[in-house]
Amino acid sequence: MTATVMADTAKMKTSPGPDHEGARVVLSARGLRKDFGGFNAVNNVDLDVHHARVHALIGPNGAGKTTVFNLLTKFLQPTSGTIMLLGENITRTPPARVARMGLVRSFQISAIFPHLTVLENVRVALQRPNGLAIQFWRSMGALDELNERAMQLLEQVGLQDAPNMLAADLSYGRKRVLEIATTLALDPKVLLLDEPMAGMGQEDVGNVARLISKVAKSRAVLMVEHNLRVVADICDHVTVLQRGEILASGDYRTVSQDERVRIAYMGTEHE
Amino acid sequence: MAETALTSLARQEGKSGASPLQIALILIAVAALIAAPFFFYPIFIMKVLCFALFACAFNLLLGYTGLLSFGHAAFFGGAAYFTAHAVKEWGLTPEIGILIGVIGAAVLGLVIGFLAIRRQGIYFAMVTLALAQMFYFFCLQSEFTKGEDGIQGVPRGHLFGLIDLNVPINMYYLVLGIFLIGVFAIWRIINSPFGMILKSVRENENRAISLGYSVGKYKLAAFVMSAALAGLAGATKALVFQFATLTDVTWQMSGEVILMTLLGGIGTLIGPIVGATLVVTLQNYLATSDFPVTVVTGAIFMICVLLFRRGIVGELYASRLGRKLMARRD
Repeated sequence: MTATVMADTAKMKTSPGPDHEGARVVLSARGLRKDFGGFNAVNNVDLDVHHARVHALIGPNGAGKTTVFNLLTKFLQPTSGTIMLLGENITRTPPARVARMGLVRSFQISAIFPHLTVLENVRVALQRPNGLAIQFWRSMGALDELNERAMQLLEQVGLQDAPNMLAADLSYGRKRVLEIATTLALDPKVLLLDEPMAGMGQEDVGNVARLISKVAKSRAVLMVEHNLRVVADICDHVTVLQRGEILASGDYRTVSQDERVRIAYMGTEHE
Repeated sequence: MAETALTSLARQEGKSGASPLQIALILIAVAALIAAPFFFYPIFIMKVLCFALFACAFNLLLGYTGLLSFGHAAFFGGAAYFTAHAVKEWGLTPEIGILIGVIGAAVLGLVIGFLAIRRQGIYFAMVTLALAQMFYFFCLQSEFTKGEDGIQGVPRGHLFGLIDLNVPINMYYLVLGIFLIGVFAIWRIINSPFGMILKSVRENENRAISLGYSVGKYKLAAFVMSAALAGLAGATKALVFQFATLTDVTWQMSGEVILMTLLGGIGTLIGPIVGATLVVTLQNYLATSDFPVTVVTGAIFMICVLLFRRGIVGELYASRLGRKLMARRD
């Protein structure tokens, strides 16, 4: 039994295609490697992220998940390997340009602009796509035309009651959803979420999970997540990292039954 | 340190536009400045206005972009040299002279900023300091600056060929006009779509990058604007005092503007004005006494850092009285 599962996983790694017919690969990495001095943080990682699917990246602490995120979004330069986004090679592209191409990330530590209001946080994301980023001669009123769209985004995540609150004054869970709203403001083609539910209460987790499922209908989502219940519920595909290498890849059921994965990460706590 | 003042400020920044009370206060202040030369020594107020504009320009970078430059004297003193040279040696009119000073400072800002924005925090400060010191050395050695003597006897000339600036009151109103335009420009920049992006860079640089902003370009733009406005202050000062000397390009001058801004309140529009007024006034009064000025300003700096980190205006805004005054009626 274990042998067949392993064979499945092996097949998955080399040819992700057949299992995902119809889904287009929007972000892919081949042979991704990152060394920090003598330390090899990520080694030979192949990854395919598909349109309209939620892909989870899981693994024990220090497995290199966030490093992979930083490599894909170009916040770190890979030592070797190639990254393709929507058919374009972005291995040497600066991070801001990658973001403009439609690959937008969130951060592990909630990345908001604390001393801006909730509305302003979302509006900052809307400013550039709407050509309102460099006007140093115009008044702030020029940005009012973005308010409607910004409010829609806040409504989507349930923050419509607090547009004028300072982001710093929000509760932790609400900061995280504000971050998601800000990310969605760019209407990204590929969404990378680094532990979007870390530190959230159970109720918020459910809301955010629903939100992610919903937004994934029209875009690809790659997320790092520790909450396996969520992974099982909303993720179409799971890649397990260990010590910087891919241990297993496939749908949740396949991966969770993989003997090596169970030993390395899941134990038997979650079926 | 800037962060401490920000929370309280940001709460007021939230809504754009000024309350009637604020507009009234601004009008009173402007009226007071218009009347001031009849009550005080005009040269002294002009000096205050020049340094206040310098500090405001510096604060545009530190308070609203989060970049601590330790080389702003290069733009202030550099522009003074450029203007003095243009007016004295080339015989240009004062307004063209000032324009040349501003452009010179902006170009200098472009070069220094281009090299410095690649680094952050203390490294950014060190790079700006090092480059400003190189500029100081250039000024010391160069022919046109007249070395230790500086450019003396700069003619004030006639503004637009019409208004004689040798009449103190004319000169005063020109300086006041430049000061008001400069401060208005800074207010406009920080309360603009561009200013919003600057604030977001200050708040969370990585997040701004991940939203697709090439933050380097925004930082450089802010740096050049700050340098140009610092240059405007320096160029004006050269006309007021009719000389340009090495004092204005030394690193001590870069330190002084940090002190003024910190004392008044980082990230507040009028904080640097208050800080500059206080420092210049102290220097003027202590200049005639035996008491060493640097000891006093040093002590004030320490008290400020230890007791009221938000600066005078920052503390006022954060206080209950300040909040009441600043509250906007919706």
